[in-house]
Amino acid sequence: MPELFQHQQSELAASTVKLPWLTAFNQRGADAFRTAALPTRKTEAWKYTPLTALTRLAPQQCGQPVTYTNPLVAFARIDGLHDHRLVFVNGILDKQHSSASALAAVTLFSEANAEQQALIAQHLGHVAQQSESPNLFTDLNDAALSDGVLLHIRDHQPLLQISWLTTSEAKPFTVFARLLVVLERHAQAAIVEHYGSDLSEQNSVTNAVTEIVINDNAQLQHYRLQTMHSSAQHIGSCHVDLQRDARYHGFHAGFGSTLCRNDLVVHHNQGGSHCQLDGIYVPQHDELIDFHTCIEHRAAHCTSNEVFRGIMNDQAKAVFNGRIHIHPHAQKTLAELSNKNLLLTPGAEIFTKPELEIYADDVKCAHGATVAQLDNKAMFYLQSRGISKADAEVMLSFGFINELIEQLPDEAVRNLLRPMLATRFDRDSSLTHDIG
Amino acid sequence: MISINNLHANVEDKQILKGLNLTINPGEVHAIMGPNGAGKSTLGNVLAGREGYEVTDGSVVFHGQDLLDLEAEERARAGLFLAFQYPVEIPGVSNLEFLKASVDAVRSQQGKEPLDSVQFLKLAREKIKAVNLDQSFLKRGVNEGFSGGEKKRNELMQMMLLEPSLCILDETDSGLDIDALQVVAEGVNAMRDPNRSFIIVTHYQRLLDYIVPDFVHVLANGKIVKSGGKELALELEEKGYGWLENGTGDA
Repeated sequence: MPELFQHQQSELAASTVKLPWLTAFNQRGADAFRTAALPTRKTEAWKYTPLTALTRLAPQQCGQPVTYTNPLVAFARIDGLHDHRLVFVNGILDKQHSSASALAAVTLFSEANAEQQALIAQHLGHVAQQSESPNLFTDLNDAALSDGVLLHIRDHQPLLQISWLTTSEAKPFTVFARLLVVLERHAQAAIVEHYGSDLSEQNSVTNAVTEIVINDNAQLQHYRLQTMHSSAQHIGSCHVDLQRDARYHGFHAGFGSTLCRNDLVVHHNQGGSHCQLDGIYVPQHDELIDFHTCIEHRAAHCTSNEVFRGIMNDQAKAVFNGRIHIHPHAQKTLAELSNKNLLLTPGAEIFTKPELEIYADDVKCAHGATVAQLDNKAMFYLQSRGISKADAEVMLSFGFINELIEQLPDEAVRNLLRPMLATRFDRDSSLTHDIG
Repeated sequence: MISINNLHANVEDKQILKGLNLTINPGEVHAIMGPNGAGKSTLGNVLAGREGYEVTDGSVVFHGQDLLDLEAEERARAGLFLAFQYPVEIPGVSNLEFLKASVDAVRSQQGKEPLDSVQFLKLAREKIKAVNLDQSFLKRGVNEGFSGGEKKRNELMQMMLLEPSLCILDETDSGLDIDALQVVAEGVNAMRDPNRSFIIVTHYQRLLDYIVPDFVHVLANGKIVKSGGKELALELEEKGYGWLENGTGDA
């Protein structure tokens, strides 16, 4: 593993065509990555997620147009959302499969004008760098960055989907995805950040970094969905900067893969901001999914509520680490964290850990992490209506996750996720749909 | 229909039923009354096959088969239905999905094809109207956020859809206002049939004003201590249970 990284470190800087105005940015990332300590089994944040599965990092291919042959229609289409979408395939924007409206709504870094370059320079990397703990893979993304997507919202942005898709190619390759979202004061937006693939065996790893700035009184509904093939690897992070009275609702869904790691960090930088951070994970077979979340309460009078639920089947493994950090001046903070897990087989594993660090004395903070079997009362209720034990188990497992899906404000996303989950839990999705 | 002989049952090693005998013929409505802790709800749970209720002695024969030998779902498919005192809330599972799975399971036992979604939706809409619930309750989570009365109407709707031969109503009247009580009672009365029997477990005589029983039994200290016609309920309302409980020793 270390050899691979050393290889990376030497290849990285020269390998791709970069944007001249981001040279210093690339260089900082490369320097940080070069000097970073590599995670080992003893590194707490990577203890349960060994990087040995990661053999595909190949930055020399990043920025080269990777051609693809499989037809996109089958997997790029998302019912209800497809009219307003941006599609990247193997890291390259596919204009043909993107909508004109979505193309008009975003700016590629490579096409940014002077004003937009200034906005990008103001925020890019700065949201991610607010984290106290360095993130090796964010540094790598910084170093390799050759282009990215800017979504700058001044007033209102209806649901917009950005999909990063991969196809199966001759050689292993890496996709570096970068998204910067800036909401101006009082702006409102809903975005779907989607990672998918075609249905064949994948040989890529996607390294994604999303930075989100929500200015005073602005509001973002953010969905981050990972629906790629189980062989597609993903190491990504999402960083949110909340200003005064800003509101962020994030919903993160992961179906699991041979390696899927997500670091989610929300910074309450000004008073009155609210964050609702929810997520689901449903790995099966020998898949692995890892969510490391961190809520930084740096300002007074902020609230955060975090609900993650997971179901592990077969030999699948999940890691959930939920950190809440309340800084000394963040008085009157209300922070809650709940993580509930179901293990469907003796071979399935969950490593869940809430981490509270509280340095203010006038706060309310609650957390709970459970690993449970299905509710006996509910089981009996279903069985007493003639439903077999096996069917009742499937139904309750589905319900456990579906409960969070039902609460999502956008019908298009509910309608996308429900049938996917229903398939995973072997349910007839026509009955779980809204029936009007 | 059902014949219960010398039934003894424990809950958490505590003996609750202590030799209960009851025989119900097709078409009969039996009310079971009695003080708190007498074992009324235990009887319903034992018959429905709930885990944690251990039968230590006695037998129950339902439609000629040994009921106690069947799993809970098999009992339901054989035509036994328990309307819960406290129906369980199951968020995330839509009422419609639950109802269809249930009806399909019971139909398959009867050798019938499952209904397709369109047919089922039509049937479910008809029944939910009959129990005076809004159509929107079909797509909500099972009992999720329902009021006490709405839950009981949902139980009644399930009963109508499954068309069981033996319905056990476990304190269905508890937590119901007069309007909801009438809806439930009308529903039950509409289902009365020469081939269908009812066990109505209740604390109060009030429900029996609306659903008139053929027999009334008093369950005290794990046994039936007195049986009579519908007029017994009125007598109990007037006198309470004390005079019977005191006599249980030699009943």
